[in-house]
Amino acid sequence: MVSLAEPTTHGGEKPLLDLLSDFIVELRRAGLPVSLTENLDAMEAVTHIPIEDREAFKYALGATLVKNHAHWKAFEVVFEVYFSLRGPEYDVIGEGDDAEGPDGEVAPGDGQQPQGGGGGMQALTPEQLAEMLFKALMNGDAAMLAALARQAVTRFAGMEPGRPVGGTYYLYRTLRNLELDDLLEQLMEASREDAPEDLTPLEERLERDEFSDRIEQLKREIEAEIRRRLVADRGVDAMAKTLRKPLPEDVDFMHASREELANLRKAIYPLTRKLAARLARKRRHGRKGALDFRSTMRHSLSYGGVPAELKFRYPRPAKPEIMVVADISGSVAAFARFTLHLVYAISNQFSKVRSYVFIDGLDEVTRFFDGVEDIGEAVHRVNTEADVVWVDGHSDYGHAFGVFWERYNRDIGPKTTVLVLGDARNNYHASQSWILKEVQQRARKVYWLDPEPRAYWDTGDSIVGEYGNHCDGVFEVRNLRQLEAFVEKLV
Amino acid sequence: MFHRFEDVASVRTKLADAKYLADEGIAGIVYLADRLGKPVLVEGPAGTGKTELAKCVAEVTGSRLIRLQCYEGLDESKALYEWNYKKQLLRIQTEEDSDWTEIEDDLFSEEFLLTRPLLEAIRAEDPVVLLVDEVDRLEIETEALLLEILSEYQVSIPELGTVVATQVPLVFLTSNATRELSEALKRRCLYLYIDYPDLDRERQIIESKVEGINENLADQVARIVRSVRQLDLKKHPSVSETLDWARTLVLLGIDKVDAQTATDTVNVLLKYRTDIDKAVKEFADNQDELVPEGT
Repeated sequence: MVSLAEPTTHGGEKPLLDLLSDFIVELRRAGLPVSLTENLDAMEAVTHIPIEDREAFKYALGATLVKNHAHWKAFEVVFEVYFSLRGPEYDVIGEGDDAEGPDGEVAPGDGQQPQGGGGGMQALTPEQLAEMLFKALMNGDAAMLAALARQAVTRFAGMEPGRPVGGTYYLYRTLRNLELDDLLEQLMEASREDAPEDLTPLEERLERDEFSDRIEQLKREIEAEIRRRLVADRGVDAMAKTLRKPLPEDVDFMHASREELANLRKAIYPLTRKLAARLARKRRHGRKGALDFRSTMRHSLSYGGVPAELKFRYPRPAKPEIMVVADISGSVAAFARFTLHLVYAISNQFSKVRSYVFIDGLDEVTRFFDGVEDIGEAVHRVNTEADVVWVDGHSDYGHAFGVFWERYNRDIGPKTTVLVLGDARNNYHASQSWILKEVQQRARKVYWLDPEPRAYWDTGDSIVGEYGNHCDGVFEVRNLRQLEAFVEKLV
Repeated sequence: MFHRFEDVASVRTKLADAKYLADEGIAGIVYLADRLGKPVLVEGPAGTGKTELAKCVAEVTGSRLIRLQCYEGLDESKALYEWNYKKQLLRIQTEEDSDWTEIEDDLFSEEFLLTRPLLEAIRAEDPVVLLVDEVDRLEIETEALLLEILSEYQVSIPELGTVVATQVPLVFLTSNATRELSEALKRRCLYLYIDYPDLDRERQIIESKVEGINENLADQVARIVRSVRQLDLKKHPSVSETLDWARTLVLLGIDKVDAQTATDTVNVLLKYRTDIDKAVKEFADNQDELVPEGT
């Protein structure tokens, strides 16, 4: 059914369809759910869009293969690796490169060799180059920026063929040589001088944003250029593997980089919205309420008085009460943060939410969330203001539980669900697990969420097994996907 | 097969004539939808022109727009078709003495069928664009209603048989992503994510949509909005809010935005108390911070 016309790449070394199926395999490896029909759709789509129109080609593949916007970034990276050498864009770049490899494929190590093309930039002194860069940024000349990015990589990155790296180091080296940090100030200075009169603060702010944006664009160009060369050097498959990163929902809380954490924070808001909508729906449609006699009689009128259609009241199931007890010591802090955030974001699903944080001391932090609109802000305050250190600031679950029991045991009732968050790494202190047993007897349910991989449980000073004996469930919650699944189950 | 557009560029120019400025992705996907005969699922933040896209495509292709607004509790009698049972009842009563089998055959004929948007789009003889708006408001079970239409362009009515579309309508589904749509639905659609436009496109949108705005002001508005979108807000300003703001400024006869006017009119742009406070603080902060440096 799919007409498999054979548009080949301009280099002609590999038919497009082969390339495409490799591409899809790599997408699947990166964790994107690409079904067979989507695969076929993509193959049909590319027969309508010429590969030379690279942007349209990218969107055509994206529209058929990526059905979740959170996966778009991952898709873009893979796309760049697989199709970067083939667009017309690349022809324009490296007239010098292409001359050497008749098949359009760049010979390994080419990044090292001087380029003949590139508008004669080779001959420029570093000062002239800096000057041109400055001008291009000033005027927002995108084509010039791209050309300069290529030149900068040639000069500064010092790429060595055959080294199995992802390019972060090359990027760092190139950027360091370009001294971009000072550039922003210089640009601002120049723009102030150019302006007929003094810039108002607002204008100044806007100029700054504009320049930062252009500098970001330059960085992206450089990064793309490095990647292009690495692909040329090491081949598509090896690069794809090096660059493979987990999707946002699969990022491990405990080992997330700063950038990944920022992405997680961004991902959590839409997630809570989705979750709240889904839970509200589930609540209403989960089961039917009691018979609504009045409504049934009213509707029977249209059937001549026969109650053919029974009407039920909306169900109003009781909402659980939640107590969150979270370890916020260094190793598991990020996890506690996200869980608190999520629980409070859907707090209207619960009749009451109370939260406690501990390291070796314990503090109730419900007050930070009272009447606060911005949950992120409240979570931040929890981390900075809560009084959780008792002796030395190393996790002591036993002592923290002791304090919890002593102060708050009266608040635990048959409607209460207690969530304990932490890796149960107790630094070999006394476990005091009898407290958890008491809590379990009073509370409706006790759940333990552990951000460590299951394989690490009960190794070293982790005593999650001992605590787990007194819980109704112990869950491994390492990423947003697992957290979401747990919260949904909880309600 | 009949096609509405010759190539990607023509989608762009035609939409631009209807004052819809499509970027590369939007134009490419609309073109593909036409060529592959597949529905488009449009997702993105509120107010970025998802519904507008469907309307404009209908306009430029000279098609009739059939719209199905989704909401919780929508069922097949409102989306697909319904038997007009009151009329059926009358039919039975008027001919009480005639043969029952005859009446029965008669009862489930086209005459007693009430078409709802989805069936209407399928049966239309003239070119139509079907817009299924806010599909994420449907319950997950009701989503299945759409599946047959989206993949086969047909509706099965047990009493009548299968109604197959005479021509493939262009179908747009929009979603604000309040929930994850089912795999089955997504698989049948092309996926288009419409994000906030970049600076240039937003400026062009402002210029084409707001009457009497000069280039300078449009540029400034677009840039301020971009800066505001970078703040950590509950709800970022949408394109429609940007347009409202630009219109407000034009009405007030302002041709240059400074911190004061921005602070005074920011409530058109932002709708949450905390967001407004944040933005105002941002405008003011700059003043303290940058004035000494600038002078």
